[in-house]
Amino acid sequence: MKARVHITLKEGVLDPQGKAIRGALSALGFKGVNQVRQGKYLELDLEESDRARAREIVEAMCAKLLANTVIEDYSIEIAE
Amino acid sequence: MKAAVILFPGSNRDRDVRMALAASTGRDPLVVWHKERDFPEVDLIVIPGGFSYGDYLRSGAMAAHSPVMREVASRTNKGVPVLGICNGFQILTETGLLPGALMPNASLKFVCRDVHLRVETSQSLFTNRYQAGQTIRAPVAHHAGNYFADDATLDALEEEGLVAFRYCTPDGVANEASNPNGSARNIAGIFNRTKTVLGLMPHPENAVDPLLGSADGNPLFDGLVEALS
Repeated sequence: MKARVHITLKEGVLDPQGKAIRGALSALGFKGVNQVRQGKYLELDLEESDRARAREIVEAMCAKLLANTVIEDYSIEIAE
Repeated sequence: MKAAVILFPGSNRDRDVRMALAASTGRDPLVVWHKERDFPEVDLIVIPGGFSYGDYLRSGAMAAHSPVMREVASRTNKGVPVLGICNGFQILTETGLLPGALMPNASLKFVCRDVHLRVETSQSLFTNRYQAGQTIRAPVAHHAGNYFADDATLDALEEEGLVAFRYCTPDGVANEASNPNGSARNIAGIFNRTKTVLGLMPHPENAVDPLLGSADGNPLFDGLVEALS
C-alpha cells in the first residue's frame, strides 16, 4: 500500500522560500502569482494492506517525525 | 563539575565546546556517541553545534530521535542541566524539551558573523555571572536560526522570564536591524520552565579568548562551574 504525505507550513508562518520563488517567477514574466507556499512531499511504500491501519500508521509517523507540528500541517493520502 | 558532550554524526563544534569546558572546569568532558543508551552520571549535558545527520528532513529532527536523546530527555526530566548550542538548540526544540522551532533564516542565507546579545536575566545557572541588561558579543553560524513560536507561547516565555538572550545593537537595543535571522521578538536563546535547560543559537564556546574576537562567553561556562560544583 502506498501513502502520499504533503507537509506544508501552517497558515501564519512566514515562508521566505515561497516569497523568493514568487519573486523569481515574477522576474521570469509569470505575473499574477499572489502567493507561493513551499512544502514537502513524501511517498511511502508500506507493508500494511489495510487502508485504515495504513492511515493510522502514517498519521503517527507524521506526528512523531515527518512533520514538526509547531510550524507544519500535513495531509495524508492512501493509494492502492 | 563533570560535563558530557553529546556527539552526533555531523556535529562540528564539539571540540570547541570541549575546549571551553576544559578551560573552565579543569578537566576534559566526557564525550558520548549518539548510539549510546546510557552514560555515567554528569552535572551538565552539552549538545554542540553542527549539522547532525546532515540536517535531513529538518535541522535536528533526526538527532531528536536518536538513542542518546531518549536518555538526555529522561535526565532532563530529573533536573540535570542541559545546554544546547546552535544545532543543539534545534535538537532541543525538535525533542520538545524547549518550546517553538528554528526555521530557515528570513534572508535564506547562511549567517556567519559576530552579533551582540542582551542578557535578559542573571537569575539562572547559565547567566549568573552576567548582569541583566548587559550586552555581550559572540558569533553566530547558522542557516536555520529563525526562532518561531505562536504568540501565546512567546507571551508565556516573556511573562515567565524564560527569554535568556536577545539579538541587539552594540548598545543593547533589540530591533530589526540587529536581528540576524528574523527570530520572533529578537530571541536568541530560551530556558525551559525550570531554567535547567538553555538553548541558544550563538556560540559562547567560540567567544572564550580575546584572540577569537571576544571572551564574553567565559562567564557562561565559569558560572556553570560555580553553580554546579
